[in-house]
Amino acid sequence: MILIPVFLSIILVYTVFAVYAERKISGFIQDRYGPMEVGPYGILQTIADLIKLLIKEDIVPQSADRKLFIAAPAIIFSAIFAGYAVLPFAPGLEASRVSVGVFYLLAIISLDVIGLLMAGWGSNNKFSLYGAIRAVAQMISYEVPLSLSVLAVVMTCQSLDLQEISYQQSLWIGDYSKISDSNYLLGIESLGINITEVGGFLTWNIFRNPVLMLSFVVFFVASLAECNRAPFDIPEAESELVAGFHTEYTGFRFAILFLGEYAIMLLVSFLASILFLGSWNSPFPNMGFLRLADWTNGYPGTFSGIAWGTFWLISKAFSLIGLQMVIRWTYPRLRVDQLMFLCWKVLTPLALIIILISGFWRLMMN
Amino acid sequence: MMTKGHINKGAKNTYWGSIAEGIVSLWTGILLTLKHLFQALRFKREPIGVENKDYFSFDKGIVTLQYPHEAIPVPDNGRYRLHNEIDDCIVCDLCAKICPVNCIEIDAIKSTEEIGKTSDGSTKRIYAGTFDIDMAKCCYCGLCTTVCPTECLTMTKTYDYSELDIRNMVYHFTNLTPEQAEEKKKLYEEKQKEKAKPKSQEAAKPGVENTKEVGEKSSIKPAFKPTIKPPVSPPKSAEESNVKSEEISGTSESGEVKSEEKKVAKPVFKPVIKSPTSTPKPAEETGVKPEDKAGTLDSGEVKAEEKKAPKPVFKPVIKAPSSSPKPAEEGSEKPENTVEPSETGELKAEEKKTPKPIFKPVIKPPVPKAHQTGEEQADQENKENKAEEKNKGSEEPKSEEVKKPAKPIFKPVIKPKPKQEGEQGDQ
Ligand code: SF4
Ligand code: SF4
Repeated sequence: MILIPVFLSIILVYTVFAVYAERKISGFIQDRYGPMEVGPYGILQTIADLIKLLIKEDIVPQSADRKLFIAAPAIIFSAIFAGYAVLPFAPGLEASRVSVGVFYLLAIISLDVIGLLMAGWGSNNKFSLYGAIRAVAQMISYEVPLSLSVLAVVMTCQSLDLQEISYQQSLWIGDYSKISDSNYLLGIESLGINITEVGGFLTWNIFRNPVLMLSFVVFFVASLAECNRAPFDIPEAESELVAGFHTEYTGFRFAILFLGEYAIMLLVSFLASILFLGSWNSPFPNMGFLRLADWTNGYPGTFSGIAWGTFWLISKAFSLIGLQMVIRWTYPRLRVDQLMFLCWKVLTPLALIIILISGFWRLMMN
Repeated sequence: MMTKGHINKGAKNTYWGSIAEGIVSLWTGILLTLKHLFQALRFKREPIGVENKDYFSFDKGIVTLQYPHEAIPVPDNGRYRLHNEIDDCIVCDLCAKICPVNCIEIDAIKSTEEIGKTSDGSTKRIYAGTFDIDMAKCCYCGLCTTVCPTECLTMTKTYDYSELDIRNMVYHFTNLTPEQAEEKKKLYEEKQKEKAKPKSQEAAKPGVENTKEVGEKSSIKPAFKPTIKPPVSPPKSAEESNVKSEEISGTSESGEVKSEEKKVAKPVFKPVIKSPTSTPKPAEETGVKPEDKAGTLDSGEVKAEEKKAPKPVFKPVIKAPSSSPKPAEEGSEKPENTVEPSETGELKAEEKKTPKPIFKPVIKPPVPKAHQTGEEQADQENKENKAEEKNKGSEEPKSEEVKKPAKPIFKPVIKPKPKQEGEQGDQ
């Protein structure tokens, strides 16, 4: 319970600076500065925008379905925020260590779709409804490759517990993992190279099972679609639908929707980091007398363990968000048919093949 | 990095071809944006103008110019906000005349003496009571700066001077306060009166008769005369105040206003003279008054005062002499002549052409017989004159000459003196 306000404030602060970062990155990509006037180098611009947003009039359209319209932002944000409950930020630091964490996360994120549909339908506006319909079609479609790619990880780690998955990628696999007690190079025990004490990026899931690199790509692409981020932003499609499902929202409600949008970006980035990129573990391996992994990790349960763990996880998540932003400002929006082609004809078959190979790979692991 | 050349464009017709093309183009695209992203962190365009040889060398990095903090220098021949160095301005009015959008407004006040020299040695003889440039209207054509003989009107490099209130876009360049301007005007008028005195005195007696007659017949015109006369009789003060108020109200058009007043006054006298014996005066007066009111652009109050005050004054005077329109003409002509030298060439030309004809036509007809008709004609003329004056900011002598009624318009310039004459005569 204590972690709820902590996460909430982290999300708020993150959102403020993510919006700023996004504007800066888009500016630099387009050879501009981005915000420069409010605060040094424009760093307070988002805060100013936020204040403006909060003092705006709260409008509920007369012909809107009032209950749905008002409930939708709350459902969207709370569905996303609930996902943070099972994230392991550091060894020993998670709000709830449920043994079905991955399953719970995928399920609770799916609730998001209901909120979007409520917002689009309740607004009683054709743009909102189109946006909502597109969003639902897109998110339900992309949950298939998303879930399949996560399934490959679950097969590799033999667990739905996110903290267990994190421990398996750490130096303390022997002490804390309930499933395996040592890591081998590329996960193949028969190679005989035990890297349990080496750690670093070599024990990340994408190296324990190299097929998961492809799985990571599938997950990342599908998560972009799940977040309604460009190039999968046809639910919002400014040039076609004004603002999609949140066309009619103003003031605080719009701020909540906006917050939800950035919160889900962060959530899927956390998830990708945990599942594929070594969770809260340092990327530096121990090399002979250079005990980089030892130096940049803290023993579970200690303060340094929490500090390093939080640092690495957040760094990885922010790197992925940065990548999401660059991608957003690079690629044009997909057409609906291209979207469906990519989902059903490319990502889903690929994810199925990955699962098949992961199964075989798992057989070669200990 | 693969380039477009490596992409098999026809590949998109196949499943694997589409995927391969998609991956290659995605990779190419993200490398491109990442290149810009990192270049933007290291390189930046400098705020230099196109005349700088490095202008085209900034092909990388941020192109944004943070305007209020940095700005590309304005070229030397940039045409932006106007500035008038009023100390060097001879108030020749050329700039106002050539301006295609009429955004320069000048109220010239003649000086009684040489004011000084401009920095290029030109002699200044005219004060700028008003020198306003409405930069909101200005189209930045620069014509006014090219015609300015002393080159005191220039276009500066200041281009960032927007205002919240458009009225603030009017720039006042005069170095006189309204009070000072008023003072200069009075000074000039008094000077003119002094100059006119000697001549008017010569024809004073006849002039007096004329004026008296005129006063009797047409009370409206007398109103103006009174202004001149003030010293002689009580009504003068009222008249003066009237005149002043008129001038004040018409600050921008003060010159015109005065001229109008003067014009009105003169015609009045002549017609009046001719019909000394008739009783219709009141009717005429009433009829004339409205015309005057309409004719004078000034406030109704001023006119009313003029009309009321002047009449009583004149009436006593009028009754005595019933003849001798000629002297009046002479008197009027003389003052005109005296005026001419001091005024600018243009003014002189107008004066010369217009003044004489104006008086003669008006005066002569009445003398013979029909006072009433003459008066009526005069009234009509006055009306026409006024209308014309209103319509025409600057009068064209020729057209006016052709139309006799029009002539009075010119007189205004000259007339100030006639008033003096009238005053002298009264005295
Ligand atoms: S620049 Fe042209 S438009 Fe502007 S004041 Fe001069 S003449 Fe008039
Ligand atoms: S043209 Fe020059 S000197 Fe003449 S009035 Fe204009 S600014 Fe003054």
